[in-house]
Amino acid sequence: MKVTFPHMGHMWICLAAMLEYLGVEVVVPPPTSKRTLTLGARHAPEFACLPLKLNLGNFMEASELGADTILMAGGCGPCRFGYYAQVEYAILEDLGYKYRLVVMEPPQRHVGELLSKIKYITGHSSWWEVVRGIRFGYQKARMVDELERRAHYLRPREIHRGSTDKAFKRALREIIAVKHPRDLPQAGERVRRIMAGVAIRPRPVLRVGIVGEIFTLLEPFANYDLERRLGYLGVQADRSIYLSEWINDHLFLGLVRGLRSRKEACRAAPPYLNHFVGGHGQETVGSTVMYARQGYDGVIQLLPFTCMPEIVAHSVLPGLSTGLGIPTLTITVDEQSGEAGLMTRLEAFIDLLARKKGVV
Amino acid sequence: MKGYLGIDVGSVSTNLVFMDENGEIREAIYLRTRGQPIFVLQEGLRQLAERLPGNIVISGVGTTGSGRYLAGIIAGADVVKNEITSHAVAASTLVPGVQTILEIGGQDSKIIILRNGVVTDFAMNTVCAAGTGSFLDQQAARLNIPIEEFGKLALKSTVPVRIAGRCAVFAESDMIHKQQMGYSLPDILAGLCEALVRNYLNNVGKGKEILPPVVFQGGVAANAGMRRAFEQALGLEVHVPPHYNVMGAVGAALLAREKMAGGGTSRFRGFGVAKTRFKAGGFECEGCPNLCEVVEITREGEVIARWGDRCGRWSNSLGYKENAV
Repeated sequence: MKVTFPHMGHMWICLAAMLEYLGVEVVVPPPTSKRTLTLGARHAPEFACLPLKLNLGNFMEASELGADTILMAGGCGPCRFGYYAQVEYAILEDLGYKYRLVVMEPPQRHVGELLSKIKYITGHSSWWEVVRGIRFGYQKARMVDELERRAHYLRPREIHRGSTDKAFKRALREIIAVKHPRDLPQAGERVRRIMAGVAIRPRPVLRVGIVGEIFTLLEPFANYDLERRLGYLGVQADRSIYLSEWINDHLFLGLVRGLRSRKEACRAAPPYLNHFVGGHGQETVGSTVMYARQGYDGVIQLLPFTCMPEIVAHSVLPGLSTGLGIPTLTITVDEQSGEAGLMTRLEAFIDLLARKKGVV
Repeated sequence: MKGYLGIDVGSVSTNLVFMDENGEIREAIYLRTRGQPIFVLQEGLRQLAERLPGNIVISGVGTTGSGRYLAGIIAGADVVKNEITSHAVAASTLVPGVQTILEIGGQDSKIIILRNGVVTDFAMNTVCAAGTGSFLDQQAARLNIPIEEFGKLALKSTVPVRIAGRCAVFAESDMIHKQQMGYSLPDILAGLCEALVRNYLNNVGKGKEILPPVVFQGGVAANAGMRRAFEQALGLEVHVPPHYNVMGAVGAALLAREKMAGGGTSRFRGFGVAKTRFKAGGFECEGCPNLCEVVEITREGEVIARWGDRCGRWSNSLGYKENAV
């Protein structure tokens, strides 16, 4: 059995660590690229959102490397994602791919089923081992998130353009290379040293929060490297969702204390949005409120074209923006997106924030 | 005489203005880009040099428009700004107190909301270009009327015909339909203006609070029919400022002045660049499956700029500085 899974930013690092620790053979799809998109968009329904198209492309490319089993998350609506595993699988079958599909449904609904799926993938490992594997993967997710936060801080302040990105790549390799939980602390130390080597100078920076649909937030290919572009424009970005937070919320049901949680975001959403609307719609609204309260200069909402929950949130944002005095910009991405148009809007938005704050 | 140069390289037109130190626009040049931004920019610089007195000193250069980076490299810009900021700066300087800017150019349309002289919100057309200058241009050509006459004819209308304006293609079909039914040309043109304004307000202006004074700029502002349609739809007076068709360039010149106020010498390469050999080439990077199409600008055979790569492998290698906040 050679297991693959779709890309979502650096999630593969955490998943591969966990599975390989448990002795499962893993095929990481090649990094999402234009080729992935071309393959996916060719065979996906036109009005499906970008994540489906990229997932599909990932599976097709992973198959070329010998993958035979798909590990995919499920869900129970109203976001269409819950159905994507099945749709993607049906498309792959029609195209003649020979895959086995294992869908992990959220534990809130079918704990027994989830456990049996894990057992199916991990085979002979004991439950104790499985727990250790998951913990190992989670720890890597924490480290990667920490590293991303550091890069967000450094990028707008770096003296040499590109030095943060170089250091980031090196540091990421350190985390990827760790094969056993006992080696994590030393790797963490090396990561800290690498990032400390980035030369910075103090300067006024703008702070912008990024909210929206999780896949578009986490996958730099889908969001046109938004965080890096913001950094280069002199902005310290923060993301409303990091992978480790999502794992803690959705898989550990909030077991790890002291992490930012979706619950706070949802509590902050009323009176602007009082109900769950699927996906991360309510979190988007709530996180925007929280960013406003924390004195951020602006908020950018990211969504894939046709994303219903985010469209609901989008329609709520203008009132919130006026009410709390925080400018917002919505960026919709799909395979037709043009980079030039995106950059113009982004630059104009940052100018708006800079002039408002008087740091031109 | 000292002054500032503003350059706006758009999809349809390339505009240059020379602004003296007091903010007075001394020269303005409007040229069609015709898909050759480098050549037309050089031509514009040549014409500008001819019109200006010999003792001219350029203290700063600003570029804007979709070709802003290219223009910035060719001319040697001190500031490279997106067209939204440039238009906002120009309008708020020329029309003090402006709260709403309607801008319709060749390929895109924007709305900019200002409060107390600061941009608070903006939007650009996204999925559909119906209602932009190119479409009006095309329709004028199809009906065999000079684009300059379009507005005047539309004003003669007494009963504008309702045209489906949601999509440029359907708008054209509907116009042809109305034409075959025998409606008069002025009524069809006025109907088209109304349809485009409706489309603009629904798509670009949706959810925005449009307060007076309202300024209408960009090439399409020359069309009196569009202006009247906006006034009727909004119930507000709509101002078309002087230099409405080169406002982006005016904004770029103003931004250059702002940037150079702190001192320093301009990076302007001189009017001689009109004679320099620039070449835009490109190649497909094979470093990863993204296969980015990297653009390379050379001056007299030497690479002076690169862009188009997602990862920064090529653009960062030249140490090219983008504008930072």
